[in-house]
Amino acid sequence: MSNLPLIVVDDLAKTFVLHNADSAQIPVFERLTLEVGPGECVVLAGESGVGKSTLMRSIYGNYLPTQGSVRVLHDGEYVDITQALPHQVLDVRRRTLGYVSQFLRVIPRISTLHLVMEPLLENGVATEEARARAETLLSALRLPRAHWDLPPATFSGGEQQRVNIARSFIRNYPVMLLDEPTASLDAENRAIVVTLIKEALGRGAAMIGIFHDHDVRDAVATRLFGVSEFKAAA
Amino acid sequence: MDAVVMTKPRASGMTQVAPLLRVTDLTKSYGHVVGCRNVSFELRPGEVVGIVGESGSGKTTLLNAISGKLPPTAGKVEFDTSRFGLTDIYGLNEPDRRRMQREEWGFVHQNPRDGLRMRVSGGANVAEPLMNIGDRHYGRMRAATIAWLDRVELDTRRIDDKPRNFSGGMQQRIQVARNLIHGPRLVFMDEPTGGLDVSVQARLLDLLRELVRDLNLAVIIVTHDMAVARLMADRLLVMKSGFVVETGLTDQVLDDPQHPYTQLLVSSVLQI
Repeated sequence: MSNLPLIVVDDLAKTFVLHNADSAQIPVFERLTLEVGPGECVVLAGESGVGKSTLMRSIYGNYLPTQGSVRVLHDGEYVDITQALPHQVLDVRRRTLGYVSQFLRVIPRISTLHLVMEPLLENGVATEEARARAETLLSALRLPRAHWDLPPATFSGGEQQRVNIARSFIRNYPVMLLDEPTASLDAENRAIVVTLIKEALGRGAAMIGIFHDHDVRDAVATRLFGVSEFKAAA
Repeated sequence: MDAVVMTKPRASGMTQVAPLLRVTDLTKSYGHVVGCRNVSFELRPGEVVGIVGESGSGKTTLLNAISGKLPPTAGKVEFDTSRFGLTDIYGLNEPDRRRMQREEWGFVHQNPRDGLRMRVSGGANVAEPLMNIGDRHYGRMRAATIAWLDRVELDTRRIDDKPRNFSGGMQQRIQVARNLIHGPRLVFMDEPTGGLDVSVQARLLDLLRELVRDLNLAVIIVTHDMAVARLMADRLLVMKSGFVVETGLTDQVLDDPQHPYTQLLVSSVLQI
């Protein structure tokens, strides 16, 4: 395993401009620099509103930074997410960059099992193998078997979150972004997620996470990163 | 004409590899009225591009100009044809252009009545594109038609029923089958779920998503529904007053819109 950083954030700035509110400017952070290597889990620290999720979304390509670059090691080469073409970003997301959001985006009519299998199917894994792995994960996360064939729209928050986690951990993504993956889980399920995270780190994955739960944070963090140190002047 | 400021050209979709479709400075005016102006983008095989914007922003004019239905006032539409390679479609003579449209494209209309022949059976509607590309083997065409009716989740026993005897959602499925049976590489869709109630719309979208992925289709889809855009499109072109004012990855355009108009459009969507 090489020791090259898998994520290199350089001189990143993000300011929101609300054109329909007198072009109000909302500066979030500036000159932000961060590198994450294999086996590292960097936990973003700072109070609510400091820009942790904004940073995470900027790394994923979901938000467009105002300045700077976000390079992700993909197929042995760095791809700058802020400059890449849409199809390149989608390719990086499909094969390298996993993201666990707080909420599951439910697609009508698609069953839980299929939703969890999807990242494998998109990467050319055979249906039977994908199904077996999805079943193993859903069992590990203690989601009742009776739920597997149902679309998760009507599930509780904690159940939806476990579906989301299964969907993100079914592939061994080299880079993972975790935005409060344990927020609505009970203690037992949190412990299972901690195990999944540690296994991924053991394989050399690079992670950036937001955890409000101190137990989880202490269990998985290899270091803390204070986003407020890069607070942009208003 | 009010000035429309565009966001800086960033990920404009220009690629190094040969595109499937290349649109360059496309403009269509109706006298003094501008339908669409100076639109440029490229489409790769298997890519789904959504064109969004409010009514009258030029979405349908752009779609019609790209799909060979409406000769542009200026600009070029080049398609990677199987017979001539990358060619300006309006530079082809009429028979060649029609043949290319028949063989390599599909077009799903919002209203099934615009895309189906209402006087012949659903099965004949689905089979017709095969005849148009030269198939004359009745048994083979019937088998392919049954397979496609099944694939779009229609009761294959109704193969001989006329379209008017099907519900709106079912008519739309017939139209989808009719536009995919001949193996096109590019499919245009104009508000394909526009006239359907929500549960029927969800099923059809789900079906379209699956087909697009399995067949590796390139799609240009016009919609005013941001939820449809998010579900279907890899990237978006946002139109206002005939201009493309913003382009980019679908979730980025919807979650962090840059242009004032896109911000207004996204913030106007009702939450349920």
